[in-house]
Amino acid sequence: MTGSLAIVGYGLSAIGPGIGIGLIFAAYINGVARQPEARGMLQSIAILGFVLAEALAIFGIALAFVFQ
Amino acid sequence: MSLPLLAASAEHGYTAPDQSIFWQPLIGSGAFAITRPAIVFALSAVLIIALLLAGTKKLAIVPGKKQMVVEAAYGFVRNTLARDIIGSKDFRKFVPLLFTFFTVILVNNLFGVIPPIQYPTMSRIAFPLALTIFLYATYHFVGIRRKGLGGYLGGLVPPGLPKLIVPLVWALEFLSVMVIQPVTITLRLFGNMFAGHLILVLFISGAEYMFIDGGLGLKIIGVPTIIMAFVLTLFELFVEFLQAYVYTMLAATFIASALADEH
Repeated sequence: MTGSLAIVGYGLSAIGPGIGIGLIFAAYINGVARQPEARGMLQSIAILGFVLAEALAIFGIALAFVFQ
Repeated sequence: MSLPLLAASAEHGYTAPDQSIFWQPLIGSGAFAITRPAIVFALSAVLIIALLLAGTKKLAIVPGKKQMVVEAAYGFVRNTLARDIIGSKDFRKFVPLLFTFFTVILVNNLFGVIPPIQYPTMSRIAFPLALTIFLYATYHFVGIRRKGLGGYLGGLVPPGLPKLIVPLVWALEFLSVMVIQPVTITLRLFGNMFAGHLILVLFISGAEYMFIDGGLGLKIIGVPTIIMAFVLTLFELFVEFLQAYVYTMLAATFIASALADEH
């Protein structure tokens, strides 16, 4: 079985963003549960935060293919 | 696409797809070849123009079906993205740009799962990069025109900071506006489409290999593999909508922060 070790590195680099995205949406769900009328405002903030955390995972996969 | 892959793998076992599956020149070769994504992109432009013209040809106060869809998409970009983020004073000028981003990215992303086409154009980095060059020029241009070059560059630092750390914060903000923002927005769209398409090809070509070349055990494992391919296609569909939304939202955010009076 052959493959690239860089992909394992990508898997490791995805742990951090994964935890981060989980925390962001946990906070979003909490916020909506406490104050359902703030849903619209919280949603765009949550997605903005999700996007910033996700960027790290995306860098990971880009670099996994660059450094193969 | 998976047919040549399978033909090559039949003798040597299964080879997983890698980035080379995205390079598909149709006419010519080298840097100036007309590739599959170029044709898909042209098709998307024709499709968007046709849809928008069909939806707005007979405008009525009580909208018909087509007009309702076009109005819903336009209203979504205009109200939820442009007006809420940029602010009701300046947003009107940027609605065409943002609506173009949204429709082009959405249609091109959806081409990634629509059967006869099945190629997400944005998985070649040149396409999101070209969109970002427009965005980059736009938000710097409007920021400099609003505040002047000195005011734009000086306005990067929030007021009221201790004198000592102002240069450091300014350098970080300058780097963020000039390099990090455009690079992340491009890489995000590219990376999502690239990785998503690669996963789909992996699962589908893997299942194909298991069914055709595998023994009985592999054939049994092929069943959950093809189910997973189906589930991931649905997930890709969701990601494609989300990325079109996210790109447009970030574009609006960059324009809003270039226009904002204080940071």
